[in-house]
Amino acid sequence: MIRLEKRPAPSRAWGVAAPLLAVTLTMAAGAGLFALLGTDPLAAIRTIFWDPLFNEQFASYSRPQLLVKAGPLILIAIGLSLGFRAGVWNIGAEGQYIMGAVAGAGVALAFYPLEAWFIFPLMVIAGGLGGWAWAMIPAILKTRFRTNEILVSLLLVYVAEQVLASMSLGLMRNPEGGGFPGSRNLQQYPAAANPERIAGTGMHWGVVTALIAVIATYVLLHRHMLGFQIRLAGQSPRAARFAGVDPNRLVVICLGTSGALAGLAGLFEVAGPAGQVSIDFNVGYGFTAIIVAFLGRLHPVGILLAGLLMALTYIGGELAQFMLGLPAAAIQAFQGMLLFFLLGVDVLSNFRIRLGRREVA
Amino acid sequence: MDLSAINPVVLTASLMVAATPILLAALGELVVEKSGVLNLGVEGMMITGAICGFATAVETGSPTLGFLAAMAGGAALSMVFGVLTQFLMSNQVATGLALTLFGLGLSALLGQGYVGVKPPATDRLDLGPLADIPVLGRILFSHDLVVYVSLALVAGIWAVLRFTRAGLILRAVGENHDAAHALGYKVVRIRLMAIAFGGAMAGLGGAYLSLVRVPQWTEGMTAGAGWIALAIVVFASWRAGRVLLGAYLFGGVVVLQLNLQAAGVAVPVELLSASPYLVTILVLVVMSADRGRAALNAPACLGRVFHASS
Amino acid sequence: MTALLKVQGLTKAYPGVVANDDVSFEIAEGEVHALLGENGAGKSTLVKMIYGLVTPDAGHMTLRGAPYAPAEPRAARAAGVAMVFQHFSLFDALSVAENIALGMENPPPLRQLAQQIRSVSETYGLPLAPDRLVGDLSAGERQRVEILRCLLQDPRLLIMDEPTSVLTPQEVQILFATLRKLAAEGTAILYISHKLEEIRTLCDRATILRRGRVVDSCNPREKTAAELAEMMVGTRLATPQRTDRPAGDVVLQVTSLDRPSPNPFGTSLRNISFSLRAGEVLGIGGVAGNGQDELLAALSGEAPARSDAVLLKGQPIGALGPSQRRRIAVLAAPEERLGHAAAPDMSLTENALLTAAIREGLAARGFLKWPAARAFAERVIETFDVRTPGPGNAARSLSGGNLQKFVIGREVLQRPEVLVVNQPTWGVDASAAAAIRQALLDLTAEGTAVIVISQDLDELMEISDRFAALNEGRLSPPRPTAGLTLEEIGLMMGGAHDMEVADVDR
Repeated sequence: MIRLEKRPAPSRAWGVAAPLLAVTLTMAAGAGLFALLGTDPLAAIRTIFWDPLFNEQFASYSRPQLLVKAGPLILIAIGLSLGFRAGVWNIGAEGQYIMGAVAGAGVALAFYPLEAWFIFPLMVIAGGLGGWAWAMIPAILKTRFRTNEILVSLLLVYVAEQVLASMSLGLMRNPEGGGFPGSRNLQQYPAAANPERIAGTGMHWGVVTALIAVIATYVLLHRHMLGFQIRLAGQSPRAARFAGVDPNRLVVICLGTSGALAGLAGLFEVAGPAGQVSIDFNVGYGFTAIIVAFLGRLHPVGILLAGLLMALTYIGGELAQFMLGLPAAAIQAFQGMLLFFLLGVDVLSNFRIRLGRREVA
Repeated sequence: MDLSAINPVVLTASLMVAATPILLAALGELVVEKSGVLNLGVEGMMITGAICGFATAVETGSPTLGFLAAMAGGAALSMVFGVLTQFLMSNQVATGLALTLFGLGLSALLGQGYVGVKPPATDRLDLGPLADIPVLGRILFSHDLVVYVSLALVAGIWAVLRFTRAGLILRAVGENHDAAHALGYKVVRIRLMAIAFGGAMAGLGGAYLSLVRVPQWTEGMTAGAGWIALAIVVFASWRAGRVLLGAYLFGGVVVLQLNLQAAGVAVPVELLSASPYLVTILVLVVMSADRGRAALNAPACLGRVFHASS
Repeated sequence: MTALLKVQGLTKAYPGVVANDDVSFEIAEGEVHALLGENGAGKSTLVKMIYGLVTPDAGHMTLRGAPYAPAEPRAARAAGVAMVFQHFSLFDALSVAENIALGMENPPPLRQLAQQIRSVSETYGLPLAPDRLVGDLSAGERQRVEILRCLLQDPRLLIMDEPTSVLTPQEVQILFATLRKLAAEGTAILYISHKLEEIRTLCDRATILRRGRVVDSCNPREKTAAELAEMMVGTRLATPQRTDRPAGDVVLQVTSLDRPSPNPFGTSLRNISFSLRAGEVLGIGGVAGNGQDELLAALSGEAPARSDAVLLKGQPIGALGPSQRRRIAVLAAPEERLGHAAAPDMSLTENALLTAAIREGLAARGFLKWPAARAFAERVIETFDVRTPGPGNAARSLSGGNLQKFVIGREVLQRPEVLVVNQPTWGVDASAAAAIRQALLDLTAEGTAVIVISQDLDELMEISDRFAALNEGRLSPPRPTAGLTLEEIGLMMGGAHDMEVADVDR
């Protein structure tokens, strides 16, 4: 008989080991999944986790892609992690990401074809504000009417997708695009473009911002009163109120920050790698970032690492699709599995497993 | 623009069809939440059910087998959630989200060979002369079995929760799991059964979507239906009868906006497409703003982790 | 008398602690048997084994001569063993009848059950309306639901875990009458308590537990309360020392404080008025659930009220939040240690930060001073003899008594002007309780005004200068403690609530 026994205090060792164990277990289960799909499991694992970084044939293309993909994931996940720690569940980052991109691109398209230094900074501000404003809807509804922020933020994703469709088909459609949906390509508009800063690294402003966010969040959580209050509110809401924390203020701060960061991620993406507002602009970063946040154990450094790992599965997944014919959906399932395993092994940081006797009497 | 093309009778009949997937999933979630568990994975279980049902129906040629397979698929997926939250005591919100993300990926994977395939038709139930009654016959007596099953389930769940000992125990577990444990009820076992039931219902709802409502398989075809089902449970303040009301209200909005789109009303198509989500949000706000005793119906242990310490 | 239940050599160990070590005793039919011991002596584990909630590691039991090893409460109930829990096993949102049905093996249909409830409740003087929601009942009424649930199954052995902690003295008398009637009918009662006077009045026999072992057994009527206390604790306890001092000026003035309850089953505060002088202890008694938590929240600032409802030295502070009140030295320690007064998973250093950041200067422009926080936590640990390896340990790893000392010490060391504590010694062993009471009295010697909200009347009589009681959210006018009789206290607490009314009905 296996029993779980609560530890007197959460185990720090398991806090670090659990994500590693989860990744290992996921690889094992993933290998099984790939085998079922008729792919050589070892080849699949190697193609996903090794080749993008170290196979000379692919690495020159894949390595920069790592930061390109990890940037938005980390930026969004960092914002989400604040809320998740405080017990504020923003799961609509995908929508805030879209709205940030739409708002930022809107600024650029409004100024087109003016070349001026202030356009990009203005876009950044607009991008952040776009995401922030979209996240303020669940925040205000939550604080004013106690409406569940999980459902509202998620439902707003579908609304944002409609806004995106409307923009790419209507207001923002490229007048010179021959009637195809989608806006002008911002990569070809230097004042608004977000190009690679260091050639061959994939490093653009979004990645820089993500790194700054990681550091700022680390300081906030470990050195600042607000970070302490966020942690406290998530662990013990009642103790937080006793300590003088205003829960509504935290809801606004957490949703606002995560919305703004998601909006920024969208802006950097639309001005950089994606280049334009189009119907299929969003590819699910807002949802994958939830996995990144948990895999990183809601810790800034952990999220940094988890973001890189998750980016690797994207790139490796594409590679496996191309090389081995592994379906794209397999990677999505693989990512979902990773979160399951993580949540499963997480029990070990708070509980100890006891084997053995129970009946004597 | 031609509003006269909208036929209220057909509209009402198709409303019932549009509402059925959400009604089924919401009823399942109602039972799950009444037992004190918050499973946010409805969307994932629905879409898994949609593909399991679709694939089975296509392969066997039998929609009935398809519906059964969908229930099995949804229930199986829900057991992943059950094991994680009930035995490994994981956070229910995070696990539910994981279930949705995983379900979307898994279904896309399973459904690769089925894009563009036409499923076998689900027959309407032959109710003989009843279907010939003017207006009412078209609205009420011209549907397939699943629609009637869903209505029967509304009544059934209402009665079980209200009048039976099983329903009482389920409510007790959701209300105070420590007390239920102290009285000797198997909290974990009861919750696992509720979760499995919720999974089966969500799966059935998903299959109704892919086999009857659309009927076709496309990736991500549930398009938030699972989340709306969750919202409807809140809207219904955990009452079966009001789940029916909420689902049909929602079905009405969906069908109406589709008809308006078809009629070419001078409202942006995107706004019409977004309207079901906006209406759901609005309804949620109205419900949650009411701070009265309606909130009492919310199970007190909803989402809380249970660990028998003794 | 024949033995109904024989317990032989029961042992149960949890990691790090042996809750019961070779426990043996016997209960005869119709006997009222006390299980006496401090918090943590192993009483709860023992009865959980008898009730089938916990499986013993070793030892065995016989019931009426037959081997008895209940695998679950259901089996215990089937064998005629029923239990009234200390923390009620009730469901707020369900009706009385539904609650009772849940505790029965084969309950009749609800309508018939309602009839039975009415008749049994009248027989035993425990009036209850079967269709009321349990969440709307008073603590005393809720206990009646529990007792009725047991009585409807004709138990041979009724286990009562600390039943009087939620009752007024008058209600206690009524309960005792019920229990005596049951005993006279042949039902054995296992009565768990640490209240010595009650045991001396009610029980025929007492088994005394200390640290999981049976240390003695006696006829409590032949012993004095002091003798029983010594058996229970093992040593003589120093009673708190207080120095007489002249009453100071009025520090805190509460006038017509009203606050509707935010949750449907909470208690609303109604027209509460009192004043508090420097160096004085105001004891506030009352049965649980009569507004204690709500009063503490209103005084700590968690639930701000009308600005002029609370005056500190003439200044209105009623609308201030917890942080602002801390700034002006109005501090509080709530009842629930884990999750309210302290965050369970956080370290003691972080828990020190929780309330002391402002007064101890543990943050500068929002940035935390961890070394200072750690030093303050260490000071609390040292001053109040908190047993823990260090301030880096999580709050939940401490025993109840040690955590309580930390929580009280954390406020005491912040030099409060006014300190409000709720249930300061609840669930705490006797020596820690004595230390906490002494700390509170020492504080008054320095001019702090202290409000002690407690359900332990003995404690209030021991340390307070004046006494008031909460009853359904109203506070009786405070009266000097000296010379108050138990009878008067009981009436201040609301007498027998609606039980008297029911007696008139009959």
